Amino acid sequence: MNISIIRYILGSVLKFEAALMLLPCLVAVIYRESSGFSFVITILLCLAFGFLLSHRRPSSTVFYMKEGFLSVSLSWILLSIFGALPFLISGEIPAVEDALFEAVSGFTTTGSSILTDVEALTHCILFWRSFTHWIGGMGILVFILAVLPMAGGHRMYLMKAESPGPSVEKLVPRVRETAMILYGIYTAMTLLQIILLVVGKMPVFDAFCISFGAAGTGGFGIKNDSMAGYAPHLQVIVTVFMILFGVNFNIYYLILCRKFRQAFRSEELKAYLGIIGASILIMTWNIRSFFPTLGEALRHAAFQVGSIITTTGYATTDFDLWPQLSKTLLLILMFTGACAGSTGGGIKVSRLLIMAKTVKKELFSFAHPRGIKKIKMDGHPVAHETVRAVNIFLIAYMLITAFSVLLISLDDYSFTTNFSAVAATLNNIGPGLDQVGPVENFHLFSPFSKCVLIFDMLAGRLELFPLLILFAPSTWRRN
Amino acid sequence: MNIIIAGCGKVGHVLTAQLSQEEDNDICIIDTDEAIVRRMVSSYDVMGITGNCASYNTLAEAGIEEADLLIAVTESDELNLLCCVVAKKTGKCQTIARVRNPIYSQEQDFLLKELGLSMIINPDLMAARAISQLLCFPNALSIDAFSKGHAEMLRFRIREGSLLDQMAVKDIPFRLIDDLLICAVERNNEVIIPSGDFVLQTADVVSLISSRQTAVEFFKRIQVKTGRVKNAMLIGGGRISLYLADMLLKLGISVKIIESNPRRCEELSVLLPDAVIVNGDGSDEDLLYEERIGKMDSFVALTNFDEENILLSLFAKKKVKSKVITKINRLQLNEVIHNLDLDSVVYPRYLTSEKILQYVRATQNSLDSNIETLYRMFDDRVEALEFNIQKESKITGVPLEQLNLRKNLLVCSIIRDNRMITPSGQDVILPGDTIIVVTTVLGLKDARDILAP
Repeated sequence: MNISIIRYILGSVLKFEAALMLLPCLVAVIYRESSGFSFVITILLCLAFGFLLSHRRPSSTVFYMKEGFLSVSLSWILLSIFGALPFLISGEIPAVEDALFEAVSGFTTTGSSILTDVEALTHCILFWRSFTHWIGGMGILVFILAVLPMAGGHRMYLMKAESPGPSVEKLVPRVRETAMILYGIYTAMTLLQIILLVVGKMPVFDAFCISFGAAGTGGFGIKNDSMAGYAPHLQVIVTVFMILFGVNFNIYYLILCRKFRQAFRSEELKAYLGIIGASILIMTWNIRSFFPTLGEALRHAAFQVGSIITTTGYATTDFDLWPQLSKTLLLILMFTGACAGSTGGGIKVSRLLIMAKTVKKELFSFAHPRGIKKIKMDGHPVAHETVRAVNIFLIAYMLITAFSVLLISLDDYSFTTNFSAVAATLNNIGPGLDQVGPVENFHLFSPFSKCVLIFDMLAGRLELFPLLILFAPSTWRRN
Repeated sequence: MNIIIAGCGKVGHVLTAQLSQEEDNDICIIDTDEAIVRRMVSSYDVMGITGNCASYNTLAEAGIEEADLLIAVTESDELNLLCCVVAKKTGKCQTIARVRNPIYSQEQDFLLKELGLSMIINPDLMAARAISQLLCFPNALSIDAFSKGHAEMLRFRIREGSLLDQMAVKDIPFRLIDDLLICAVERNNEVIIPSGDFVLQTADVVSLISSRQTAVEFFKRIQVKTGRVKNAMLIGGGRISLYLADMLLKLGISVKIIESNPRRCEELSVLLPDAVIVNGDGSDEDLLYEERIGKMDSFVALTNFDEENILLSLFAKKKVKSKVITKINRLQLNEVIHNLDLDSVVYPRYLTSEKILQYVRATQNSLDSNIETLYRMFDDRVEALEFNIQKESKITGVPLEQLNLRKNLLVCSIIRDNRMITPSGQDVILPGDTIIVVTTVLGLKDARDILAP
C-alpha cells in the first residue's frame, strides 16, 4: 500500500479546510463576534497538521483503488474532526460527541442536529454549519481534484469513491476538467438561489445559509422552526432549488452543451420527477383537511416531498402530525433518495431503477427459462458488474440499517424514533419521525447511539464501501 | 488536442498510455469490450465509450465533432478504414488507420488520397523494415534513421575487451574518429546522457549518432566486423516474414523460412520463388540442425508466440554467426527481457505508437519548427527528436555554448545542406537546418523547448 500518497492527500485536505474556514472568519469580523477566534485557532491547527503531513512529496504517486478509497474515507473523518473543533473551542457545543455529530452531520449533508436552540448560536458558527453542507455536497476531494494539479491517471479512484451513484461518468476526458465543470455548475446554481432569495426579501445572511443547505441537500436550519417562518414565495423558491440539486449534474452539463435530446432522454430524471409528482399529488389529497386551502396543502406537500426525496431535510411544518399515509410515504422517499451524480443521498433513483429492471428480468426468465435479456439504461446495456454492485449495495444497506436500529434501541425509545433516526442519518436527510421529528432533534440519544449515527451518516454519504473497507482486514495487510 | 482512439488492443493501449501523459491531450477511447474500456478508464485519465467505432452514434458520443485526430487501431483493417471514413465525413478531424493486409498496403496511395486519410500505418511492414536494417548492419542493437537517412542513431553493447572500455567520451574524437557523438548510455538499467568526462565500460549499451559511413569506419577502428549478413533464417511465415523476405531477397541476402502450416508454405513459395521454404515446427531442434542453423549468419524469430521467440533466440544465439533478432508482440516484462541479452529485439507495437506519436507532436506544434521524426528509447525514458528549423527564433544564430539549454538534453547534430555536423560549443543553429536532440525530458513539441524554461 502506498501510504505516502494517502498522507499527502490528507495533508492537502487539511490545508483546504483551513482555507475554507476563512469564510466563517469573515462572517465573525462582519458581526464582530468573539467566536471567530475559535476559527483562527482551528485554521492554525489545520495548517500545522496539513504541512506536517504534506510537506514531503509522496515517494510514489502511483495508487490503486484501495489507496483511493482509503484516502477518501480517511479524508472525511479527518475533515469532520477538524470541522468540529470550532464548535468545541467556542464552547457553543461543549460535549465532544455532540460537536462531532454536528460536524459530521454538516459535511455528510445530513442536517440532523443535537441542538435544542439553534437561534442561540453566533452567526459565524451558524454560517460554518451551513457551509459544511456546501463543501460536503459536491465533495472535498472533487474540489481538490479541480484545483490541485496531481499527476497520474489514477485520480479517477478518488472521484469514484466520493461521487454518489452506481457508476461514475466523466463529463470530459480529464478528471480535473470534469471536477471543474461540476463545481462550476454547483457554484453558479448556488449563487442564483442566493440572488433569488435576496430579491425575495430574505435577509442576506439567511439567504446564504439556506442556499448552502439546499445546494448540498443538507438541511441545517438557522431558525428553530426550520423553514416555517419564511414567506410562502421563499419556500417555493427553496422547493424548486432542492429538487434541482437532486438532479444528476451530468444533465446540466448536457444542457449547457445544448444536447437537449440526450439530457431529457435520461430514464432516471423521468423516474425522479415522476416519483416527486405522484408523491406530491397523493400527499396533497391526504393532508387537505390540515390546511385552509388546497393551494397551501400543495405547497407544504411539495416542500416536504422535495426536501425528503433530495435528502435535504428542511421542513415548513411539523409533518410528524400528518396522517399515516403521508408519513409512511415520506419514510419510503427517505430511502429512495435523489439521482446519482447529484448532491443528494439515499439509495438513489438509478439504483432502484436497475433493481426494478432485474426483478422484471427475473419474471421474464420464469416464462422463458432459456431466454436472455440484458438490462438497459438510457438505451445502453448495463454491465453485469454494475448490476451486481447495485444488489450488494442494497444488501449492505439493509444490514447496516438493521444493525444500527438494533444498537440504538439500547436507549429504549419508540421503534418509529429509532428506525426513522437511522433512516434519516444513513440517507443523510436530517429529521425523522416521532421523537426525532422535524420540530425535535437528536440530543436525546446517548453518546454511544450518537457514535452509531455518526457512522451511519458517513457510510451513507460515501455510499458504504469506502467506509466499510476501513474494517476489512485485507485492507491493512501489507501484501 | 482532442484525440479519439478506436480499439484498445496492444497498440491502442500503448498509445493511450503515452498520449494521456501529456497534459493538453484530451483522449476518448472506444472499444467493443466493456471490461477493457473499464480497465483503461480506471488506469488512465481518459474517457471511455463502449461500442462499434464505425458507428456514427458511437463516434458522436465520443465527441467526433470536436476531435482533432482519430486513430483507428482495431483488429480489423476494414473496420479501421470504415471508421476513418465515417469520422472524416462527420468531423473535421485528421485520421490515422492501421492497415495490415498487404493487399490494401499496395494501394496505400489510393486509400490516402481517395478516402482522405492522413496516414496509414502498417506495423508489420515497419517491423520488417526495422529488421532488414538491422540485418544490413548487424553490429547495432537498433537503428533509427534521421533526416531521410543522412544521420542514424545506432545502439550497441560494448563487448568485453573492447577498445572503448575505460575510454572517456571526450577522447573518442582524438583516439578513434571525428563526427560521431555518443548521445546516451544505459548502465545497470539507468539511462545517462553523458558529458565529455563520462567513462565508458564493458556491458554499457551505447547510442551514437553519426552518418552511416562514419559508423562503419568507427566499428572498423574498434575492431568489430561490419558488413551485412549473407543469409537469414526466419522462423514463422507470417506477414512480417513475407515483407522481410521480399526486402532481403532484393538486397541479395538469401532467405530460408520455416513455417509449420503446409498451406501457408505453399502460398509463400508462390509469393517468394527465390526463398527456401521449409515446412516444419520451428522449435524442433533436429529440424534446425538439419537446416544448418550453424552455418547461418542470422536468425529471426517471428512466430506468433513471444515466449517461443525468446527461447528460440536464446538457442540460436550460440549457433549463428552474427545476428539474432527477436520479435515481441505482446509481452510486457521489459526488465526481464533486457537482462536476457537477446541481441536485438523488435516491438511492432512500439514502432507503431512511435510513428503515431511523432505525427501527433508534429501537428501540435507552432509553425516555425517541425518535428520530423521522433524515437523513444530505453523503455520510453529517452526521446530522440529531429526538428526542422524553418524560421529565426531565440535558438538560431546564437553559439550553442551561449544557449541556456535544459538539463539532460543534448543537441547531437545539425544537418545543413544534407551534411551532418557534430556540433561544438561554437556552432550555431540557422534557419533551414535540421537538428537532432536527445533528451530525458519527454514531450518536447517545438525546437524552442530545448531551452531551459
